[in-house]
Amino acid sequence: MDIFLEALPALGQAWAMILQPTVLAYLALGVMMGLCIGVFPGLGGIAGLSLLLPFMFGMDPILGLALMIGLVAVVPTSDTFASVLMGIPGSSASQATVLDGFPMAKNGEGARALSAAFTSSLFGGLVGALFLTVFILVARPVVLLFKSPELLMVSFFGLSMVGILAGRIPLKGVIAAGIGILIGCIGEGPFNGELRMSSYDLPYLTDGLKLVIVGLGIFAIPEIVSLLRQDKAISNSQSLGGGWIDGVKDWWANKWLSARCSIIGVVVGVIPGLGGSVVDWIAYGHAVQTTKDKSNFGKGEVRGVIGPESSNNAKEGGGLVPTLLFGIPGSGSMAIFIGALALLGNGIDVGPSLLENNLDFTYSIVWLLALANVIGTVMCIAMSGTIAKLTTIRFALLAPFIFMIISFAAFQSGQNLMDLVALFAIGFLGILMRRFDWSRPAFLIGFVLSTPVENYSNNATQIAGIRFRDGMDAGLSYVFSPIVIVLIIITLVSVVVGLRQAKHILAEGEVPSGGKRAPVMFLLALLAFIVFALYNTASIPDYASTDRVFPVFVATICLIAAIIVLIQMMLAPETHTIFADRETSGEDANKFSLWPTLAWFAFLLVLTSLTGFIIALGVFLTSFLRIRAGLGWLQTGLYVVAGISFMIFMAWTLNRDFPPGLLQSYITLPWPLR
Amino acid sequence: MKLLPSISRKVAIALGVAVTTVMATPASADVDMTGKTVEWIIPFSETGGSAKWANFFAPLLHNALPGKPTVVVKFMPGAGSTKGANWFQKQTNGDGTVMFGSSGSTQFPYLLGDPRVRYEYKDWIPVMATGTGGVAYLNAEDGAKFDGTANMLKGKTYIYGNQGATRLDLIPALAWEMLGMDVEHVLGIKGRGDGRKMFESGEATIDYQTSSSYLKGSAALVEAGKAVPMMSWGSLSADGDVVRDPTFPDMPTFKEVCEATEGCEPSGDSWDAWKAFFVAGFPSQKLAFLPAGTPQDIVDTYVNAFAKIKAMPDFAEISEGRLGKYPMYVGDEAEAALATAITVPDSAKAFVVDWLKSDFGVELDK
Repeated sequence: MDIFLEALPALGQAWAMILQPTVLAYLALGVMMGLCIGVFPGLGGIAGLSLLLPFMFGMDPILGLALMIGLVAVVPTSDTFASVLMGIPGSSASQATVLDGFPMAKNGEGARALSAAFTSSLFGGLVGALFLTVFILVARPVVLLFKSPELLMVSFFGLSMVGILAGRIPLKGVIAAGIGILIGCIGEGPFNGELRMSSYDLPYLTDGLKLVIVGLGIFAIPEIVSLLRQDKAISNSQSLGGGWIDGVKDWWANKWLSARCSIIGVVVGVIPGLGGSVVDWIAYGHAVQTTKDKSNFGKGEVRGVIGPESSNNAKEGGGLVPTLLFGIPGSGSMAIFIGALALLGNGIDVGPSLLENNLDFTYSIVWLLALANVIGTVMCIAMSGTIAKLTTIRFALLAPFIFMIISFAAFQSGQNLMDLVALFAIGFLGILMRRFDWSRPAFLIGFVLSTPVENYSNNATQIAGIRFRDGMDAGLSYVFSPIVIVLIIITLVSVVVGLRQAKHILAEGEVPSGGKRAPVMFLLALLAFIVFALYNTASIPDYASTDRVFPVFVATICLIAAIIVLIQMMLAPETHTIFADRETSGEDANKFSLWPTLAWFAFLLVLTSLTGFIIALGVFLTSFLRIRAGLGWLQTGLYVVAGISFMIFMAWTLNRDFPPGLLQSYITLPWPLR
Repeated sequence: MKLLPSISRKVAIALGVAVTTVMATPASADVDMTGKTVEWIIPFSETGGSAKWANFFAPLLHNALPGKPTVVVKFMPGAGSTKGANWFQKQTNGDGTVMFGSSGSTQFPYLLGDPRVRYEYKDWIPVMATGTGGVAYLNAEDGAKFDGTANMLKGKTYIYGNQGATRLDLIPALAWEMLGMDVEHVLGIKGRGDGRKMFESGEATIDYQTSSSYLKGSAALVEAGKAVPMMSWGSLSADGDVVRDPTFPDMPTFKEVCEATEGCEPSGDSWDAWKAFFVAGFPSQKLAFLPAGTPQDIVDTYVNAFAKIKAMPDFAEISEGRLGKYPMYVGDEAEAALATAITVPDSAKAFVVDWLKSDFGVELDK
């Protein structure tokens, strides 16, 4: 009890520190900067934080802190714009929001979806802060209870969400997740550094693929292409029915769901090593399981927006625990946050001693985060009506600019032209998965959890082996701790319930069937990749066997599942759901066919590799707007100039470069063209 | 070990030269870096000693470089730092916007001829180096049995979160083995910060941290009675002996503990190998490099900037709390430090290669 009595004065001091006009002003400034970056998908807070770093040294600690926290806190709120309005996951925190938010925007309810999302975010952030205020005092021992077996089970629990999102054919969901895991294994192995599915001749792959690229590729590109082919606006109705008040009402009607998901967010966020990258999926799964009428999920169910959005801001608060108490950052932005704290140079360093020596400081961080949420949410709601109007614009006018931004964002992850190639390749996979109704969420969950599952399973088996040598009891108590047992039960229940319900949850809408040839071809292509992955990783020599076990195991499961599906396909009639193919009819009865649309993007890619990004962009935008969108020269000129100046301005403020091409290796050009 | 005194003499001469160079070089010769962004690549995660080291120097460097360029520390962890180093080897832009921070864990695979090493230290241009030390510690229960010797620590299995057999972690691994302790290594840990969390949660029962991480993280565990320091690796005296680390003057060195422990001798093949790798890995552990082919004026700019940092009146004081009491080398001294770091007698290398094969199953060419 003493600890709580000591906490009260610290809490008071923290509030005294925060509630100064200058501190609040810096916080608001940070929030505004974060908003400017956060609304653009894929850039996230990391770029913004790196921008702030050099100014941190010697700054008044509390002001520097306010600026930084403002910037970090608003990103999971503002990235909702892209998720809902364009179907582009703005960051890993809002992947699940896409599933129902985007259909809402398509139904002309963009503003309603946004304000429901923002209200949930705000609420989640506040619940998170409240929970943390008490929890942080006792968090240390709780976090220490999570050893490798527990962390592994949490990862498995995350993976079990695949069950709900698998779609109508569960095995296809399993394969999709497995392929996500295998793609996550590409690069140098984590234990012995053996190369997996890559070679030193192709150095880009040895680093593995980044989440930004996989996320944008698998969700954004297929949506952009599909909308372009239909050649209309995102929203089906011109009037944006359902204004922001409706969204707030929606939230109020689902406040308990929101509260539960907020708690899920904080708790999962607290667990170090997972970085909360699966929180939104778990919350989405929870929202689905607790909804009686599941038929609307994937078609614009507001609960599918409220769930994940309540959790993702709460997660940021939870993520502070491992960051501050153990110095283990939960995410990329938290990592930079740690670095910046050190720069503030007031002797405060994250780690075990922070709570004892600087509790007031810790509380300032927690509540600055909550306050930043409030400011950010209010700003976002204020903007949402206007920004939602984007969904009524003809998509052919929007698409080239969206593509410009995600290309730029993708390039920032590795500063390599190959980033764009990877984006394009994953995008193509995404298009095909969407077409043949293979669960893209399952794929993404697999990709995100690939590394944690592999690491924790390796650590857990190794340590368990040593414990078992000490004695059966020591081993069993390590492997089957109470937390592990509870998690196993939850996971099993979730899988069983999920599979039973999966048939009704069409996370990506209904897909008609017809024709055997194309779906079988796609399966064979996937099978070829699986066999390649299996062969490639199985040939890792014995001395590096730890790098081999996991991908071989996953590839084997995938192989078996794929063969079963193949057999089913041979037996089933061509009207069976297993042959789902969007091209046969329905919404994708398109004005334009796939290949010419894709060729536009390939055109930008090839041109970039020749002339560098900015020149290529100029040519791409001009020809696209002239030919595909059919604009006059004057309008085209205006749009192109606006787009390119915007791009240059962004890169200039963030201190970033553009991909250079062949031209640049012969001629030296001034900066934006360089 | 006659090599060492000559190196310290070289360092002394180099120091003289460096000081004269700094004094003689007019500031106008420095390249103005206004508006540039310097990316300082650290091939580890954000939680380890290298991160603290770079985060400490980055703002100072920002202030010391002409034109105050933005200095960003960029983390590129993977394959125990060979990933980042391989990446740096391919960098050729000689405009001073990319810098690399290597650590003992980058040096060791290079020295041992690890097949994944695609980098060549001799290509790179060292501009600054600092040394560090390390401390090994035990959990409270086993720590109670520690009496300055490892005699009572035998006959029990310890668990250690290891970043990789060929990494800097081979120093504690070999030391514990020489003391006759039975330590099991859980491989594939991402950084020593994760190792410390494993220790705190009780999954690992023995741990080691470099000095700065020990001061910031583990010392609090010792105060709380959750950990007991066992030994420091020591530091190197002018005539090449292992002596007590000035940062931890009250802590026995591994050499002392070994002398006092039955069956452990600070002489012979294993000791020579341990010492050779310790010398390569700790006293000149962390180096900052510019890529191969960087023009001399840019190299000078960096050397001068680091010299300026070193000459700050309060530098010793602020660095002591963050990094511990270790020397910092600039310019030619850094080159001498690099020479120490990448020179290991063939006999020591052969011993370690054999030992890694028998204990870890790691196949390396001798």
